[in-house]
Amino acid sequence: MKTVYVKEEVCIGCGLCEVYCRLEHSRSKDLIKSFKRESQQPMPLLRVERREPISFAVTCRHCAEPHCVYACITGALQRDRESGIVTVDGEKCIGCWTCILACPFGVIRQEKGKGKIAKCDLCLAKKIPACVDNCPNEALVYAEVQDETLS
Amino acid sequence: MVQSSHRFKYLIIGNSAGGIGAVEAIREVDRPGTLAVVSDEPYPAYSRPLIAEYLAERCPLERMLFRPSGFYERNKVVTFLGQKAARLDLDEHTLALESGEEIRWQKLLLATGGSPIVPPIKGAGRRGVFTFTTLDDAKAIDHYLDSQSRAVVIGGGLIGLSVTEALCRRGVAVTVIEMKERILNVMLDEAASAIEEELLRRAGIRIITGRTVAEISRGAEDAVTGVTLDDGTPIPCELVIVAIGVRPRLELVASTGIKINRGVIVDHYMATSHPDVYACGDVAEAYDIAYGECRLTPIWPNAYLGGRTAGFNMAGKMTKYPGGIAMNALNYFGLDAVSAGIVNPPDDSYEVLSQRYDSTYRKVILKKGQVVGLVFVGNIEKSGIICNLIRDKIRVADFKQALVAEDFGLSLLPRERWQPHLEVPPSALVQAAETEPAEELVAGE
Ligand SMILES: Cc1cc2nc3c(=O)[nH]c(=O)nc-3n(C[C@H](O)[C@H](O)[C@H](O)COP(=O)(O)OP(=O)(O)OC[C@H]3O[C@@H](n4cnc5c(N)ncnc54)[C@H](O)[C@@H]3O)c2cc1C
Repeated sequence: MKTVYVKEEVCIGCGLCEVYCRLEHSRSKDLIKSFKRESQQPMPLLRVERREPISFAVTCRHCAEPHCVYACITGALQRDRESGIVTVDGEKCIGCWTCILACPFGVIRQEKGKGKIAKCDLCLAKKIPACVDNCPNEALVYAEVQDETLS
Repeated sequence: MVQSSHRFKYLIIGNSAGGIGAVEAIREVDRPGTLAVVSDEPYPAYSRPLIAEYLAERCPLERMLFRPSGFYERNKVVTFLGQKAARLDLDEHTLALESGEEIRWQKLLLATGGSPIVPPIKGAGRRGVFTFTTLDDAKAIDHYLDSQSRAVVIGGGLIGLSVTEALCRRGVAVTVIEMKERILNVMLDEAASAIEEELLRRAGIRIITGRTVAEISRGAEDAVTGVTLDDGTPIPCELVIVAIGVRPRLELVASTGIKINRGVIVDHYMATSHPDVYACGDVAEAYDIAYGECRLTPIWPNAYLGGRTAGFNMAGKMTKYPGGIAMNALNYFGLDAVSAGIVNPPDDSYEVLSQRYDSTYRKVILKKGQVVGLVFVGNIEKSGIICNLIRDKIRVADFKQALVAEDFGLSLLPRERWQPHLEVPPSALVQAAETEPAEELVAGE
């Protein structure tokens, strides 16, 4: 499957990936509006870890063995059998947070206002995810890896 | 008396987390093999924990369904819903339903879950006394309630507090009676239990610990009028919910010779002592990673994963059960708390690290230099990273203090814990992020 990988050695921890992730998942898709005016401000669905001199972005791995999906008590989390993308059905998620406890990378976010989780969807509608597209250093790459679990 | 006979390659008893896990795994490996699911509940698989949402706000069944409608058709599953499995014959490979129908099977999965424990209390077993493990239980309580109702919930564990919160949201005055000295004593440690208890009290819930209900009293027309505790304290109420816990539902296997302990004993492939019979979920004693032994861990994720493993093995794809971990997430009245593994160390061979920051509490339990348990209250977003140190049996002695650091994250762990998962693998086909986005950028500017 295709997913986002990180080159830690060239990540400068600028956080633009977080900014563009938020923008892409905002209602207005307008930088100023989405950050300053939208009542339900989207949160970045990936996270930059910074620990001098190390920094790297952590994005959902869309795991072949998705512990979050196995742990989901409502059936809201599913991994697509063809694309391998793990998505959450906002209608079904009740914010029980069991998936958060199951995720090895700590990348599932709590949208507390809505009482639901939020997670990376690889920018479903875009050819290249916004984080990769807007990384100034090519520290994020979108790459395809063979995955036998997909049909 | 046999009324009719069916034949299936795979037969699953229980249409819930474990059963659905098995259906999905079987269908990943074997599309044509005939497959049937039996359950005495009449509904398509629903999320059992959501019965609390039903009770709280009559959440419609469609929103409780664990899989989208059409699931059974798409997966070519024949269902026998609302039908109780009555008798299992291992030599003949048959299952008799209470309706008289008989089903022949080649591979069988017992995903029968648990049934609520109801201790012998004087006055129980009649109107106004409920358990809380099925949608029908929730419906029955919903039906019985009125706005003035007062309830006594017996049991301060997960199920007891789920029903308590739901009732509270319905405006019912609830008293929780917990026999041990604190609520949530299995899944939380003392400090976290105290935080939850304070929260519930502030929501107006009365909590009495160290006591049990000795008797349920009744008035006119047999209606419940209250309970009397074992110290003689009377508590007036109109309904009583018995939520002490569940025990494995073993009635089908009890006389078959399949090996049981507290639950059905299974091996690393989720097979029972009979080679064609598998078991998973609340009915099974499967491998627990934190304890390093087989035990009951009645939680949804383990049931699903155990069912999935059983399904693969039933369909001939040898798959080892990675093991389960008792993991729980709570958010009563908006407070987040999670726990996993061994939360209350039984002796001093364990090492405990804990920290508090403002509204966050963190505790990590180690044994022989490995994480075996955790409790997080408040900020829980990174708890999964620790939970997976349990799963992967990582030696953490060299960086253990980092585990409870306020800014804990992947970068506080040794490089080999994160780098291989995040960096581009040598086999990867990199989509030229260089060319395309660069063009887009130019075009956009
Ligand atoms: C109120 C409540 C809240 C919960 N909250 C959580 C939570 O937040 N997180 C969590 O992880 N877990 C939670 N649990 C536990 C979780 O629901 C169980 O661990 C899980 O449902 C176990 O799945 P299972 O497939 O083993 O069995 P079950 O879900 O118990 O299903 C077994 C099915 O088999 C049927 N069956 C049994 N015997 C027969 C027979 N002879 N003939 C026909 N049918 C039969 C039963 O009727 C039932 O439908 C909660 C449980 C309850 C009751």
